[in-house]
Amino acid sequence: MRTGLLACTAALLLTSWAAPASAYKIYVSNEKGNSVSVIDSATMEVVHTIKSGQRPRGILVTPDNKYVLVCASDDDTIEIFDAATYERVGTLPSGPDPELFVLSPSGKMLYVANEDDNLVTVIDLDGRNVVAEIPVGVEPEGMGVSPDGKIIINTSETTNMAHFIDSETHEITDNVLVDARPRFAEFKSDGSQVWVSAEIGGTVSVIDVKTKEIVKKIEFEVPGLAKEALQPVGVRITKDGKKAFVALGPANRVAVVNGESYEVEKYLLVGQRVWQLAFSPDEKQIISTNGISNDVTVIDVDNLEPVKSIQVGEQPWGVAVSPQ
Amino acid sequence: MQASFDFAKGQFAHTIVLLLMVLCLSSMAQQSASAQDSQEVKIGYLRAYERGRLTISILDAVPEDLGIAGANVAINDNNTTGKFLQQHYTLKDVVLKPEDDPLPAFEQLAAGNTQFILTDLSAANVLKVADAAKAKGILVFNVGATDDSLREEDCRANVFHTAPTRSMLADGLAQYLVWKQWRKWLLVYGSHPDDTLWANALRRAATRFGAEIVEEREFKDTGGARQTDTGVAQVQRQIPVFTQGAAEHQVVVAADESEVFATYLPYRTWEPRPVAGSAGLIPMSWHPAHELWGAAQIQNRFAKAAGRRMLPKDIQAWTAIRIIGEGATRTKSSDVQKIGDFIKAPEFSIAAFKGQRVTFRRWNWQLRQPVLVADPKGVVSVSPQEGFLHQFSELDTLGIDEPETACKLN
Repeated sequence: MRTGLLACTAALLLTSWAAPASAYKIYVSNEKGNSVSVIDSATMEVVHTIKSGQRPRGILVTPDNKYVLVCASDDDTIEIFDAATYERVGTLPSGPDPELFVLSPSGKMLYVANEDDNLVTVIDLDGRNVVAEIPVGVEPEGMGVSPDGKIIINTSETTNMAHFIDSETHEITDNVLVDARPRFAEFKSDGSQVWVSAEIGGTVSVIDVKTKEIVKKIEFEVPGLAKEALQPVGVRITKDGKKAFVALGPANRVAVVNGESYEVEKYLLVGQRVWQLAFSPDEKQIISTNGISNDVTVIDVDNLEPVKSIQVGEQPWGVAVSPQ
Repeated sequence: MQASFDFAKGQFAHTIVLLLMVLCLSSMAQQSASAQDSQEVKIGYLRAYERGRLTISILDAVPEDLGIAGANVAINDNNTTGKFLQQHYTLKDVVLKPEDDPLPAFEQLAAGNTQFILTDLSAANVLKVADAAKAKGILVFNVGATDDSLREEDCRANVFHTAPTRSMLADGLAQYLVWKQWRKWLLVYGSHPDDTLWANALRRAATRFGAEIVEEREFKDTGGARQTDTGVAQVQRQIPVFTQGAAEHQVVVAADESEVFATYLPYRTWEPRPVAGSAGLIPMSWHPAHELWGAAQIQNRFAKAAGRRMLPKDIQAWTAIRIIGEGATRTKSSDVQKIGDFIKAPEFSIAAFKGQRVTFRRWNWQLRQPVLVADPKGVVSVSPQEGFLHQFSELDTLGIDEPETACKLN
């Protein structure tokens, strides 16, 4: 009986341990360390550190999982790293001071926010050339693209707008005023809404993509914390649209928001100055970058609990994941 | 063959000219239409500039475009936003001498339908402009004067202040010195009226945050040239003697707004002590090397436009015009009344590269803002310091707070 129970527990443990069968890699850009930390989700340890250009911020993995793209902001370029060998295999002409970018769903076009020049640069990845420069508001930062690839969103931090850009004509079609210092734009997977965070305004605006109306302004409140400290930056929404995660900067917390009622359901304490977020490929975990504590926090999405902190390089900024 | 080619070319050129004419006409039509639709926000800038004002260090010489350069960047920023909303901003710069009466220039701005006026003037002249502006419904933004009196006994309902007060600056510095446990101060002050005001703010800050002024010394301005070819040798002997034999202190705090002596203090005091206040560690609203919280972006933008680094009055003017722009953007109006009401609403806030939203104190329209504590090369710390608590906003630990104010506008 006892052995049976033990075996049973062991088997259970094994299965739960074997659960990350869908092991994945986490890439973290370290803004001050000029590096990219590579974490293996199976061991939750840094397995490699890639030396990058100056001030790496925005980071993403191409849809074929072959390349990692990094905005080297102070080098005015985007670096391409081979995801298997971690070697730098090329650069892209990003325009000055690239900070954040997003790939078209096809993986062919890269849309880059150039903060210093009030421009969004469109880069053809095959040709590695600039195909358009779109004038936007002051200090463009957040970039989003609709799931069908037709709408590009750029947020401008001093103009305080979400600019809707037609991806065919590269013309701005609509401008939606949001709160101060919009940092990030995230579409729901059905393309019905785009969520825009406002760092200084302290809100997330939920914009109806059809009507361009703000249907909800989500506010945050943590007892004992000054309102000024609640500064939403990174936003991620689950594919079923039911749960959204919002990184709250110097509040050191990630807010969990109901994707349908927009109620804030929980605040998860992570590391210091949390900025960007990325889901694991199976959406069972979400990872936050904590700039001042030099670590990332892995959060269990079902139980809504932080499960592990992992030390990375100096001042982690962006995060991207790919299957192993 | 040759002839037919020429002919073709001629025809081509002809078509181009026609096309251009059509294009020009249509764009002219468009322009006049948009000019009719677009809202114009007219801003004036009244500033006193003293040509050739001497400073101890040539590096501290006041740029001729101080303040206005920041205003110009803000006008550009507002117009970038404005093009999405058919709003347009203009700026009229008027330079006066410090002794000039500002009213004739004010009347001219008012006659040109200016709705908002930024002032970089003495406290007395800010008041003159404010009272004349009141009758005309013009809103005034004080971007230069740090006098507490303008926010206290002489406060006005139509004047917003983006410049910090002396008491805010002194408190920002004092919090850092106390955090550092440098609680015993030797206060050295100059003999001009502005030095007295600055010294008073520093005395108040010491009392408020538990520092002790162990001794005070006055540095009299006896006139004479600020720098001479052999001046360094003399100063090297003069300053140690001036600071000799003072009661035991941890820091020398200098009040010298008149550029007479403070710059000479560091490395020359009798005791080896750090210097703060008007030299060494200085509290300010902005530093040319401040790059935190996205400030690098505006610094780059400013340097490109002005050909120099950004100084406190530049950000104070930038912020004032951004506030006007925020009002115009959000109300979708260029009406001074509507914009003013929007700015005066309790929930008004704006981003100003200080790491948190900045807001107005409703009792005197002073902009709440963090204070940078900096040395000549960079930012050492940002106040309010951790642990200085306040029931409403920690920013209100800087400067004269609501319970103590002599001004009750709301």
